[in-house]
Amino acid sequence: MHGMNTTEAAAAAGGAPRVSTINEAVIRIAGNSQDGIQAIGGFLARLAGRTEQEVMTFMTIPSTISGGPSIFQVRIGSGEVLSAGDEADVLLAFYQHSYDGHLASLRPGGLVLYDTDHVQPNPEMQGRYRHVGIPISTLTIEAIGGTAKDKGKNVFALGLLARMFDLDVPKLEELITERFKGKDESVLKNAMAAFHAGYGYTVGAWTETYRFAEARHRSGRQVVMNGNEALAYGVIAAGVRFGAAYPITPWSDVMEILRRELPKYGGTFVQCEDEIAAISMANGASFAGRVAVTGSSGPGISLKMESLGWAVMSEVPLVVINIQRGGPSTGLPTQVEQSDLNLACYGSHGDAPRVVLAPADVEDCFYTAIEAVNIARKYNVPVFILSDQAIATRIEAFPTPDLEKVCQDISPDFTPVAEYKPYDLSSPDGVTPRVVPGTRILNGRYPVAGGLEHDEMGHPTGSPRLHMEMTAKRRRKLQALARTLPVPKVYGPPEGRLLLVGWGSTRGPIQEAVDRARAAGESISSLHLKHLYPLPPGLEEIFAGFGSIRVVEMNDEGLYGYGQLAGLLRARFCDSRIAGINKTDGLTWKVKEILERARAVLAAGPAPEQPVHAS
Amino acid sequence: MDKPPVLSPDASRTVPAAPERKPLTKKELAADHPTWCPGCGDFSVLALYFKLIEKRRLWQEKITTISGIGCSSRFPYFVQSYGAHYIHGRSLAFASGVALSRPDLHVFVFGGDGDLFSIGGNHFTHTARKNIKLTCVAMDNWVYGLTKKQTSPTSPLGFKSKTDVWGAVDYPINPVKQALAAGATFVARTTHSNPNHVMQMMEAAMDHDGFSFIECLSECVEFYEGAFDAANPRKGGVFNTVPATHDVTNEVAAYKLADEPFPGYFGIFYQVQRPTKGAREAELIAAAREKLKGLKDWQILQKTFEKMQ
Ligand SMILES: Cc1ncc(C[n+]2csc(CCOP(=O)(O)OP(=O)(O)O)c2C)c(N)n1
Ligand code: SF4
Ligand SMILES: [Mg+2]
Repeated sequence: MHGMNTTEAAAAAGGAPRVSTINEAVIRIAGNSQDGIQAIGGFLARLAGRTEQEVMTFMTIPSTISGGPSIFQVRIGSGEVLSAGDEADVLLAFYQHSYDGHLASLRPGGLVLYDTDHVQPNPEMQGRYRHVGIPISTLTIEAIGGTAKDKGKNVFALGLLARMFDLDVPKLEELITERFKGKDESVLKNAMAAFHAGYGYTVGAWTETYRFAEARHRSGRQVVMNGNEALAYGVIAAGVRFGAAYPITPWSDVMEILRRELPKYGGTFVQCEDEIAAISMANGASFAGRVAVTGSSGPGISLKMESLGWAVMSEVPLVVINIQRGGPSTGLPTQVEQSDLNLACYGSHGDAPRVVLAPADVEDCFYTAIEAVNIARKYNVPVFILSDQAIATRIEAFPTPDLEKVCQDISPDFTPVAEYKPYDLSSPDGVTPRVVPGTRILNGRYPVAGGLEHDEMGHPTGSPRLHMEMTAKRRRKLQALARTLPVPKVYGPPEGRLLLVGWGSTRGPIQEAVDRARAAGESISSLHLKHLYPLPPGLEEIFAGFGSIRVVEMNDEGLYGYGQLAGLLRARFCDSRIAGINKTDGLTWKVKEILERARAVLAAGPAPEQPVHAS
Repeated sequence: MDKPPVLSPDASRTVPAAPERKPLTKKELAADHPTWCPGCGDFSVLALYFKLIEKRRLWQEKITTISGIGCSSRFPYFVQSYGAHYIHGRSLAFASGVALSRPDLHVFVFGGDGDLFSIGGNHFTHTARKNIKLTCVAMDNWVYGLTKKQTSPTSPLGFKSKTDVWGAVDYPINPVKQALAAGATFVARTTHSNPNHVMQMMEAAMDHDGFSFIECLSECVEFYEGAFDAANPRKGGVFNTVPATHDVTNEVAAYKLADEPFPGYFGIFYQVQRPTKGAREAELIAAAREKLKGLKDWQILQKTFEKMQ
C-alpha cells in the first residue's frame, strides 16, 4: 500500500482494529486453478468497476489446465492504476507451494494470509512479513456443510478480503448472486454462507483494516473485462459479421466469444481445420463484401502469411488479430512476449505493405478493433492488431462506450455501376473503392481478384511497368494513411535526457516508471506508439528533444543489439541515439526493472554526438 | 440500394432475373483468351461452364468463379464474372468464406488434382464434411501441368515424371473415394471428352443443395498425353455410365463402384440431402435473434455490456 497517506489511528482499547486510509492495494491470490482463484479476482475487479476505484489485474494461466498453480493479482486504487503492481501488499496463500513460491512477491512488511490447513509457515520469514494464519479449508467446510469438501474457499477468502478492506458488502452480494443465479439454488446459498463466514471471521490478528480514499468522481458506469473480450466486442461494434479461426492459446477466447455472440447480430464465426483455412475463409468473406476477421497466436500467425500476401496483392480488406505469446515455434504458450512485430510488419514474401496497430490496454483493445476495421475498409488492406498475452488476460474497468455512436453498419453497397476498374492507377493515393460480387456492372466487364500481378482490371501481367506501378500503388496507400495518423503525445516534458519508447501492453509500467523517475527529479519522459506500421508523423521532432532514446520491449536485443521496434525506428530515422531496453523472461515489465535500466542509461552519460558526415 | 444480406437461409440463392435480361452469350462470358496449350482438356470444361451459365440464366454479378493455382486454376481469368484466383490449394477455404457470407451467390470452384488433393487435401476434407453449398470441379489430369510434369497425388504408379524419373512409387488418391469418405453429399465423375455428360453433371451439381463434387478427367496433352484414352470411345476406350440400378444414397455401393479399375464408371455415384453449413448457421442465427427481436445491434451489445458492469 505504497500510497498510504493518512492514518486514522482508530485503534480502540477494546481491540477493534485500526483503520488506515489507503490509495491503492495490490493483492495476490495464489492457489490451484480449480480453486476458483480467477473468480475472486473477477469479483474484486468488477466490484471496483462498480464503485469509483480504478482497477487492473494480472493473471497467469497455469500451463496445466486442471490442477497446478494459478495466481491472480489485482491492483485496486482510487487514483489511476497504470500497471499490475511490482510488489504485493497482501498475499493470500492456499497451499504450501503458493506460500513458498509467492512470498517473495510481497513487499517487506507486507501481509501474508495463509490457510493453516495446508501451509506450514517458515519461521525465518515471520520477522520479514506479517503472518496471519486462518484455517480456511476447515472453516469453509464448516460454513457450507459436510459434503461440500473445500469447494467455496475462494468465496470464503473473498469475505476475508471484504472485511479487511472494508469493501462494499451489498455490492459484493449482488455480484455473487449474479454469478451463481440460474444454477442450482444450493450453489448460491453455499456461496453466500462461505462469503459471510469469511466476512464474519475475526481473530486478534486483525490489528488493522483499510479503507480506500475517496476516488475522484467518474461519470457513468464502468465495464469490466479482459483484453480478449474487449477485442471481440470491438470487432462486433465495428460491424464485422464474419470471422474464422483455429483455436490456440491465448487467442482462443476471442474466437469463442465471437462464435457465441455473432449469431445475435446475424453473423457467424467458423472454426476451421487450420489457420490457413481460417484466413482464407476470412479473405473469401472480405472479398465477398464485408471486412472479415481472423486471428491466432504465434504458430498460427506464421501459417497465415502466404494468405496475408494475397490480401495485400488483391487489395482485399482484412483484420488479423495476433495475441502474442513467447516464441519461436511453440515457445511459451501462456507467457508474454512482444516478438511478433517483425512478423506483423514484414511477414509474407515480396513487397507486401500492410498496417500494424497495437493496443495499449484493455479499453484500447475495444477501440483499436474498430480503427483496424475502418483502416482496412478505407485502404483495402490487411490490418494486424498486435495484442499480447498480458492484455488478453488482464481485467480492467473502463467507461462504458457510447455504443449508439460507436457501433457501425459496414454492409456493402450493391447499387449498379456503369464500369469498374478494381486497380485503377489514376486514383489519388492509390486507393480504389471496392465494388463487390452482387453488384451489376453495366458495361459487362467484371473484375478478378487475384494473387498474380495484374493490370487495372485484375488480369495477369508480367509487364515491368505495371509491376512497378502496382507495387507503388500498394505502397502509396500506406503512405497516405501515415499522413492522417495523429502525432503521438510525449508523456512528461517534451524535452529531457531520456525518452522511453514503448508499444502495446507496456504503456502502463513505462508511464509509471516515468512518474517515479520524475518524482525523484530525473529527466525521463516516455512515448507510446500505437501505430507501428506505418509510423505516425512527428517522431523525428519528438526524438530531437532528448539526449537518449530507449525502446522498451519484451523481446530480444537481436543480433545487432536492437529489439524489433528499436530496429524499425533505427532503420527509419538513422538515429544512433536509439537503442533498446529488452527482456525475454516471459513476464510483464515491473516498474522497478524499467526504472533501474533507465537509470543505468542516465548514469552512462549522454549518447555520443551523431556522427557528422564529412562532405 | 439492395438490402445487404447478412447471413440468411440458402433459399435466397435463386434470384429472379429482370424480365428484359437475355441469357448471357458465350461472347459476353469470354474474358481473357485462355492460356492453355492447344488441345488441353480444360478448354471443354470452360466451354461447358459458359453453356451452363447461358442455359441456366445465371447472371455475372450473381456468380463467383474461384480457383487456386495451376493450369486448370487459371479458369477465373477466362470468365467474365466476379472471380477470384486464390493461392495454391486453398480455394475451397476461400470459397467457403464467400458461400457462407453470401448465400445469394452461386459459388463455383475449379482446381487441379494437386491443388485439391495434395496441398489442399485438408481443405477438401473439411469443406465436404461441413457440406458447404458450392460446386467443386476437380480437373484431374494426373499430373502437375503448370509446373511442368511432376508427380501428382493422382498420378498412377509407374508414371514417369520429373520428380519420379523411374516412375511414380506413391499410391495414388482416388478422388471419388476421397470425397465419399470425407462426407460429400454429391459425388460425380465425368470426362472432358464427353461434353454432354459434363454438362449433365454440372447441372445436377449446381442444383444440389450442398457441397457438390465432380471429378472431371481433363487431359494434359503436354505432359500426360493419352492418359484417358481408355475412357474415350473415339480412342478405342469405353465410357461406362453408372449402372441404372445403382442406389445413389448407398454410400457403400458408391464406394464399391468407385473402386473399379480405370476407366471405371461415369455419372452420379452418391447424392444425399444433409443440412448445409449455411442452413445450420442460419438456424443458430434465427434462434439467437428470436430473443432479441426489435433490438438494434448497438442495443444488443449494450445488453451484454450491462452484464459486465
Ligand atoms: C505454396 C505453393 N507451392 C507451390 C506452388 C507451385 N505450383 C503451382 S501449381 C502447382 C501444381 C499444379 O498442379 P495441379 O493442381 O494438378 O494443376 P494443373 O496445373 O495440373 O492443372 C504447383 C506445385 C505454388 N504456386 N504455391
Ligand atoms: S500443360 Fe497440360 S494442363 Fe497445362 S495447359 Fe498445357 S495441356 Fe493443359
Ligand atoms: Mg493436375
